[in-house]
Amino acid sequence: MMTQATEAKETGLYLEAYEQLRQRTASEVPSWLDRLRAEALEKFSELGFPAPTLEEWRYTNVAPIAKARFVPSWTIDGAEETGRRWEDRVYEEARSSVLVFVNGRFRSDLSSLAALPREAVVLGLADALRSEHQKMIGERLARGAAFDRQHFAALNTAFIADGAFVYLPRGVRVEAPIQLLFISDSGPVMSFPRVLVIAERESEATLIERYVGAADQPYFTDAVVEIYVDENAHLEHYKVQEEGAASFHVATTWVELKRAARYHSTTVTLGAQLARHNIAAILTEEGGECRVDGLYMVDTGQHADTHSLIEHRAPRCTSFQLYKGILDGRSRGVFNGRIYVHREAQQTDAYQTNRNLMLSNEARVDTKPQLEIFADDVKCSHGATVGQLEEEELFYLRTRGLSFEKARNLLTYGFAEEVVEKIAVDSIREQLNEVILNRLHATALDVR
Amino acid sequence: MLEIRNLHATIDDQEILRGIDLKVSAGEVHAIMGPNGSGKSTLAKVLAGHPAYEVTEGEIIYEGKNLLEMDPDERAREGVFMAFQYPVEVPGVSNAQLLRLAYNEKRKHQGLEELDPLEFKELLAERAKLVDMDLSFMSRSVNEGFSGGEKKRNEILQMAVLEPKLAILDETDSGLDIDALRIVADGVNKLRRPDNAIILVTHYQRILNYIIPDYVHVLYRGRIVRSGGKELALELEEKGYDWIKSEAGVTASA
Ligand SMILES: Nc1ncnc2c1ncn2[C@@H]1O[C@H](COP(=O)(O)OP(=O)(O)OP(=O)(O)O)[C@@H](O)[C@H]1O
Ligand SMILES: [Mg+2]
Repeated sequence: MMTQATEAKETGLYLEAYEQLRQRTASEVPSWLDRLRAEALEKFSELGFPAPTLEEWRYTNVAPIAKARFVPSWTIDGAEETGRRWEDRVYEEARSSVLVFVNGRFRSDLSSLAALPREAVVLGLADALRSEHQKMIGERLARGAAFDRQHFAALNTAFIADGAFVYLPRGVRVEAPIQLLFISDSGPVMSFPRVLVIAERESEATLIERYVGAADQPYFTDAVVEIYVDENAHLEHYKVQEEGAASFHVATTWVELKRAARYHSTTVTLGAQLARHNIAAILTEEGGECRVDGLYMVDTGQHADTHSLIEHRAPRCTSFQLYKGILDGRSRGVFNGRIYVHREAQQTDAYQTNRNLMLSNEARVDTKPQLEIFADDVKCSHGATVGQLEEEELFYLRTRGLSFEKARNLLTYGFAEEVVEKIAVDSIREQLNEVILNRLHATALDVR
Repeated sequence: MLEIRNLHATIDDQEILRGIDLKVSAGEVHAIMGPNGSGKSTLAKVLAGHPAYEVTEGEIIYEGKNLLEMDPDERAREGVFMAFQYPVEVPGVSNAQLLRLAYNEKRKHQGLEELDPLEFKELLAERAKLVDMDLSFMSRSVNEGFSGGEKKRNEILQMAVLEPKLAILDETDSGLDIDALRIVADGVNKLRRPDNAIILVTHYQRILNYIIPDYVHVLYRGRIVRSGGKELALELEEKGYDWIKSEAGVTASA
């Protein structure tokens, strides 16, 4: 009885917020979206927040999110100065191809799309819902991210109001990386960014999601990103999560790959006190290729959880997955990687590795690779390691004149390099090298 | 430059060095030979400051300072360099990065300007010539996937960049082919100056034809049991270690 009462109270905040949102926007949004949100809310009130007794949530307790009293983003007007304050978080390469969001709302005044070709459609989601693309959005939105089973996807879906819409018609190639900059900087705000990417046949682009926010506010981001990569299309995707240290970040990424499509992603997790990322890549037609990499780097007071699913539904697809974790202080990491190979998916080539570097005795990581294979002609491998810095390597570097701290940072840099070197956007790579070499123990190293 | 007095060292409570005395002056080359397991690498690592070894007795004076009180990196910045018998692989860190960092640490220590990547590249290209090393090795991870001989050559490249005052070369000649041996030895000779010194650990007389030692010492069971000029190496080559072992046995039991 007790627990039921608490649960009711915990979802109560969201029921109220939903009513508010609905009153504000019901007349503005298409009726299908109104229905979708209602359905998702119903799901969420049924599911509630995930309990730690659920296998998928065994190591990550979201009670602090459930208990907190966040303020809905639509009740706050993100001031222009707020956006300006975070302007330096726009990557150099994306100066003229950036969408800025303050507390979940698209801000055209802070955004710049000058570098994008006319044929590419890049819009704030609320604007897109009022545009000619509304029908296409209706056909694809919430088709992938399963809000019927996933608590946070349901919650996000119930609150779809704004985010980004990226549509690359057939054959369109975008040179400049498209950056989505999400800023949360107005107290204990909760925001629900929603992103829909449709990359039609033979199109090509790079997408960067970057999440930043106030260091001292316990705010909450619940993001859902759905990506369709059609035949022979190619998408490079980066997610850089550097939310404020007191914040909560939950994100769901869902990707569908068609025939011979290519999707490469690198997820970088640096911020938030509690972060959970669910990423699923579904290979639905022959010859698709995906690379899903990640780097999480956490210190005292941080918990970072990645759950990935690579689903091979068609023959002759390849998937590579490399996740590396650097855990310092009293931090906690969770990696759960699942590869699912359907019976039809013959000649699958699937590879997954998770490596963790423990810089402190008080850090802890739980890693669990899972292979479920129902085809007989496949090449699959997976592995996980948890280790410390090698004493002999440390000594070697010290005999070359590097202090203990510098030697340690350099080895940590070397550990991360396997993930970092594959990043094709220079600014992101440089940012990470700097974070790794300087954030750790405050000893600057210049490794150019 | 270096004076080792009655040095005793243990690892995991096992005494390996049992009273070593050795004096090395600027400009000299000392060869240290001796059977497997006699403690040659142990001596080299104690000089470099390996934390696993404990010095239980004796002292090491380097340039008038107590070497044993210095951290390994401090020793390096003060000019002590050890070429490892088994060079360590450092994944993800390129040879050029490590070399530049190490070089700049030393420059800073000497109160000199650091070199930026471009300036350093020039210096590196010039030093790499000294050991005839292809520049393609510079962008590769330190020692990762290098052949045995390439690793040894890379150690001498580091030496060429860091220009130590005291270089301890632990079996740098092992694993080098005949041509590489000559190249590496030539490189080391070019780095010799009146104000630096070399301790060269080796099993083979051959390298001593190129790098001519002023002294040859035989280490056996943690002690220097015999010292002589370069002819001692020839004698060992001819006769092996048995006569030394039995002599040392006699002295020990006497
Ligand atoms: N951790 C340890 N515990 C006990 N004994 C050790 C340990 N490490 C090394 N030793 C021993 O110390 C002795 C000296 O080793 P060292 O490597 O110094 O020999 P070396 O003279 O360099 O031999 P080589 O010519 O084969 O290179 C050896 O007998 C070795 O087995
Ligand atoms: Mg040895």
